Amino acid sequence: MSTQTETTTIPSEIEQLRKDFPALHQTHPNGKPVVYLDSGASAQKPQCVIDTVSECYSDYYANAYRGVYYFGARIDEGIERSRELVRELINARSTSEVIFTSGTTMSINMVARGLGEGFFTKDDEIILNVLEHHANIVPWQMIARQTGAKIKYLPLTEDGRLDLDELPELLTEKTKLLSVTGMSNVLGSIPNLEQIISACHQNGTLVLVDGAQLVPHASVDVQTLDIDFLTFSGHKLYGPSGVGVLYGKETLLDKMEPMLGGGHMIDQVFQDKSTWAELPAKFEAGTLPIAPIIGLGKAIEYVRKIGFEAIETYEHNLLKYAHDQLQKIPGLTILGPGTEHKGAIASFTIDNLHPHDIADWLDRSGVAVRAGHHCTMPLHDHLGIHASTRASFAFYNNFSDIDALCEGLKYTLEKHRLL
Amino acid sequence: MSTDQYEELYEDYILPHFEDPYHKEEIECASCQHSERNPLCGDTVTLQLIIGKDDIIEKAFFSGNGCAISQAGASILCEEIEGKTVTELEKFSAEEMLELLKVPLTATRQRCGLLGFKVLKTMLYSRDGERIEEESTPSP
Ligand SMILES: Cc1ncc(COP(=O)(O)O)c(C=O)c1O
Repeated sequence: MSTQTETTTIPSEIEQLRKDFPALHQTHPNGKPVVYLDSGASAQKPQCVIDTVSECYSDYYANAYRGVYYFGARIDEGIERSRELVRELINARSTSEVIFTSGTTMSINMVARGLGEGFFTKDDEIILNVLEHHANIVPWQMIARQTGAKIKYLPLTEDGRLDLDELPELLTEKTKLLSVTGMSNVLGSIPNLEQIISACHQNGTLVLVDGAQLVPHASVDVQTLDIDFLTFSGHKLYGPSGVGVLYGKETLLDKMEPMLGGGHMIDQVFQDKSTWAELPAKFEAGTLPIAPIIGLGKAIEYVRKIGFEAIETYEHNLLKYAHDQLQKIPGLTILGPGTEHKGAIASFTIDNLHPHDIADWLDRSGVAVRAGHHCTMPLHDHLGIHASTRASFAFYNNFSDIDALCEGLKYTLEKHRLL
Repeated sequence: MSTDQYEELYEDYILPHFEDPYHKEEIECASCQHSERNPLCGDTVTLQLIIGKDDIIEKAFFSGNGCAISQAGASILCEEIEGKTVTELEKFSAEEMLELLKVPLTATRQRCGLLGFKVLKTMLYSRDGERIEEESTPSP
C-alpha cells in the first residue's frame, strides 16, 4: 500500500480524471489490471478525444480545403479551430506560425531540410547534446553531411543535465543553430531553456526546442522564451497519433524551403515551375491527417481544463514518490538527476537484470514500461550501458500505479533468484 | 500456458541456460564465426563453430551480452546444433528454434529468442561469416 504522506494537488480529482481514459481500465489477458507507465512513448486518450475523432468520421468527414459543401466546410472549421488551440497553447503570435505535420520527427526534418543549403554552409556548426532523441540527431547529421556543416556536442554534467557552463565556449561565429530537447525522454532532465536561448541569441544562433516530452507536462510560451522553432507530437499530448506540430517564427518560416511539394502547398503551378502558398499552407503538402488534427484540438482543450500548473505539481509529487519507492529496490539505480531537475520519468537499471527481462516480467504483473535504448543510443553509450528500463508518468497515474511497479519489480527479482 | 506453468518453465529451463550456459566462451580455432546485435536493445551474440569432416558441426560456442531470453536461446542453440550437418542446419527453421525455447514469446521477445538463430542463419547463408582457415578459397 502507498504511504501517501505528500500533499498532492489533484489526487481526489485524479480518480475522476482516470475515468475519462478507457484504456486505463482494461485487463491484461492474465487477469491483472493494466498499469500504464509508458506515457513518454505515447499517452492514452481521453474518451472526449476518441469521440471527437469518431464523430469526425461518422458525422461530417471530407477532405480538407477542397470541399465547398457542408462537410468540407465543417472539416476546414475543425482544422482551423485546432490550429487556433495550438496557437493559444504555446502562445504563438499567429496561426500562420502553426504548421501541422505528422509528428516531431517530421517537424525536425522539415526545419533541417527547410533551412538547408541556403542556411548551412561548409564548416558552420550545429550544437546538439547526447540527451537528444534520434529524431533530434539524425536529421542534423543528414544536413551536415549534405552541406559540410559540423556537429558539436554540449557536454553533460555528472548527473545527466546539460552543462551550461560549457555553452559560451562552444558558441562561435560559425554556430548557426542549437537544437535541444525541452525534456529528456530518458533521464527526464529539463534544461534551462531561458539561459540557453539567451546565450544563443546573443551569438546570433537559432534555437530549436524539441518539445515532444516537455509540451505534455508543462506550459511552454514561445514568445516569453523567444523560441525560434518548437516541435511536438499529438500522440504524447493525449491526442491521436499521426499529427504533430511545427512552430516557427514567421520570419524564419518565410525564408525556409518546403520539404514536400504537392497539393495545397502551392500558389500557382505551371508546366515548368511553381510558386508557394502563404504560411502555413506552404508546409502542408498533401492531404493532412484530418481527424487526428481535429482530435488534437480536443486533447488540448482537455489538458488545458485541468491546467498545467496542477499537472506539474501533481506529477512532481508522483515522481518524488516513485524515486523514494524505487530506491528501496535492491540493486536498482535511477539514471539522471534528482527530482528537482527533471520531469515525470524514472529510467533505471537493476544489477544483473536485463531491461528486456524486467519489462517482460513487469508485463506479467500487468505493468507496462519501456525497455531498450529509447531511441537514444548516444546517451546510452555515454552512460556506458546498452539499455535501460523506463517508467514514465502522466497526470492520470496514481500512487498505487507506482506501488504496482515496485511490487512487480520485487516479483521480477524473485523470479530471477535475486531476492 | 498458465502463469504458473510459464514461471516453472522459466525457472527450470530458461534461467539455468542463462545462469550456467552451455559453451559460453570464445575460442581461437573456430571454422567460422559471426556476430549480430539486436538494434532494439543492443543485445549481442557471437557464434563460433568448429566444422569437421562431412560438414558436421563438431562444436558450437557462443559469447555475448543481453537478456535471459537471448542468451539462453544461444545456449540452447549451441547444445542443439552440435552433431548436425550444415545441410541439416540449413533446413532448421525459426519455428523449430522457438519450440526449443519452450516458453511462449511475444513478437518483440521472439527477436531476443531468435538472435542466436539469426546469427547462425546469416553465417551459413550469406558468407558474411568471417571464414577462418582454408575454407576461404572457393572450391572450383
Ligand atoms: C524527446 C523526443 N523527441 C522526438 C520524439 C519523436 O517523436 P515522434 O515519434 O512522435 O515523431 C520523441 C518520441 O519518442 C521524443 O521523446
